Amino acid sequence: MKKMKKALVLLLVLLLTVSIFGCGGNGDEGDNGDNGDGNGEDTAKKIGLVVSTLNNPFFVDLRDGAQAKATELGAELIILDSQDDAATELSNVEDLITQGVDLIMINPTDSDAVGSAVAAANGAGIPVVTLDRSANSGEVEAHIASDNVAGGKMAGDFIVAQLGGTGKVVELEGIPGASAARERGEGFNSALEGTEIEVVAKQTANFDRAEGLSVMENILQAQAEIDAVFAHNDEMALGALEAIKASGREILVVGFDATEDAVTSVQAGEMAATVQQLPKEIGGMGVDTAMKILAGESVDEYIPVELQLVTE
Amino acid sequence: MKKLSLKGRDWKSILSQNKPVIVLLILIVAMSIMNDRFLTWSNALTVLRQTSINAVIATGLTFAILIGGIDLSVGSVLAICGAVSAKMVASGMNIFLVILLTLMLGLGMGMVNGLFISKGRLQPFIATLGTMTLLRGFTLVYTQGKPISIFGSETSAVYSKIGTGYFLGIPIPVYIMLFVFVIAYYILRHMKIGRYTYALGSNEEATMYSGIKTDNVKIFVYGISGFLSALAGIIVTSRLGSAQPTAGSGYELDAIAAVVIGGTSMAGGIGTIFGTAIGALIIGILNNALNLLQVSSYYQGVAKGIVILIAVLLDRKQRTSR
Repeated sequence: MKKMKKALVLLLVLLLTVSIFGCGGNGDEGDNGDNGDGNGEDTAKKIGLVVSTLNNPFFVDLRDGAQAKATELGAELIILDSQDDAATELSNVEDLITQGVDLIMINPTDSDAVGSAVAAANGAGIPVVTLDRSANSGEVEAHIASDNVAGGKMAGDFIVAQLGGTGKVVELEGIPGASAARERGEGFNSALEGTEIEVVAKQTANFDRAEGLSVMENILQAQAEIDAVFAHNDEMALGALEAIKASGREILVVGFDATEDAVTSVQAGEMAATVQQLPKEIGGMGVDTAMKILAGESVDEYIPVELQLVTE
Repeated sequence: MKKLSLKGRDWKSILSQNKPVIVLLILIVAMSIMNDRFLTWSNALTVLRQTSINAVIATGLTFAILIGGIDLSVGSVLAICGAVSAKMVASGMNIFLVILLTLMLGLGMGMVNGLFISKGRLQPFIATLGTMTLLRGFTLVYTQGKPISIFGSETSAVYSKIGTGYFLGIPIPVYIMLFVFVIAYYILRHMKIGRYTYALGSNEEATMYSGIKTDNVKIFVYGISGFLSALAGIIVTSRLGSAQPTAGSGYELDAIAAVVIGGTSMAGGIGTIFGTAIGALIIGILNNALNLLQVSSYYQGVAKGIVILIAVLLDRKQRTSR
């Protein structure tokens, strides 16, 4: 019996921890919404946001942008993290349906697999907006994303201009099959068409910095002449940059995403350029669009968010 | 002798079963108080369906852990089996054949683990770490890194029912989970091979000297783990409508957590399927509850980690105080 008591004490401690985290997680915005029921109208809209991963600064920015917009417009935002797992994503959407949210914004982990999650929301009559990555099935009210093809082309055009239309380039690709990798590559290669620029190596480094480094090291060994590198994201670009620095060769490096590290590197004159997506805009635009949908306004099916090239 | 040890096990298991049940009940009561949407029929079904995948894997792992081993390859087996079954479904193969072949594939891969461990004398941790990495690589090669959609054939509709369908208002994965529990319970409690499983975990040498072919027991146990991982792979693939090359990454951790929270000793010999079922439910409810309570995802890992540690500490306290 004594053991039982000890167990109970431990459990209560545990529950306390959980509930403290629960309150902490809510922060300042969670509570002011729901109490308004007594006044009849003025009930805050509840919007769910399912993010593919919050281990990546890009999606953290997206969340922050959405949160800022939601606070501005007086909506309650419930944020869940799928940890890059499609099954967790589906669970998250189910949990949001349980909570009775008015609209679900999904930043899918994968365009195919998110179909079940979208279908679940559709089945519960909850409108869906996708952010950054699209859904290949299910009914989606609006899709908000940067125009990756345009961004890839932007990078390609920059390299073409810098090299004067002739030279040898390397393309470091993202995770094979990921839509961002496909589209950025497509845009980049379309920019090279009709020029004298040749892609001498094209390999994946899985959007990863360490892999960018080792893959680039190998390519440097294999290719005597390289004028420029285009990496599908900054992590790989920065990895490649390290390999290039170690080799002592002069090579133009262009990345994608404009992460803090990359921008610093561009400012220091190491990386030549990076294409900036505006994740905060994507998040903000998502909430904006969500509120419009909930107000009964019609919205465009695809809402592109602008990109910009950072060169200094 | 036999009777005595059986009796001893009953007493032990009753004690070790109690605590997880208490944790589960407190969790349910506390959640019902903190969130009014928690204790609803639809959320209960949601939790059970979400739990089913981990529960099925954890059941297989219970066998591996009961003999004092471990199977880290469950997530990778799930991924490759999911991918293979998705491709078979998309090609329009007969549904029963798809399921049979997928399960046999998982069984085979599990038995290969068992062979490495028994005949090859490899540490279970090392052997399954190897196959985990190997099979993940195979999955990426096989899928070319792209998800495989299950749609596009006549089989698709039936296959997708496995994960998304209902029977009498209850999701089909929940039936699968219960069925797996019952069979596993039966094997462990009422079949010779089940007794051998416990014996092997309690004292390998004594088991060997008493004339039991321990190698065969090991191959059987890892085979079950692979078989159930394949079953979980079918459920996941069917639920998502596509096989993900990265599916199941890290699933071994939630499954191990479920087994350990359920009171099964990592040293082997002690543990029950009932405990694992409760452990899986605790993990499932915790995942659901942390979402409903809007706990920031950064804190979710912290909270889950604390629960696992407390559960194991309780278990350890109980053992040392005896």
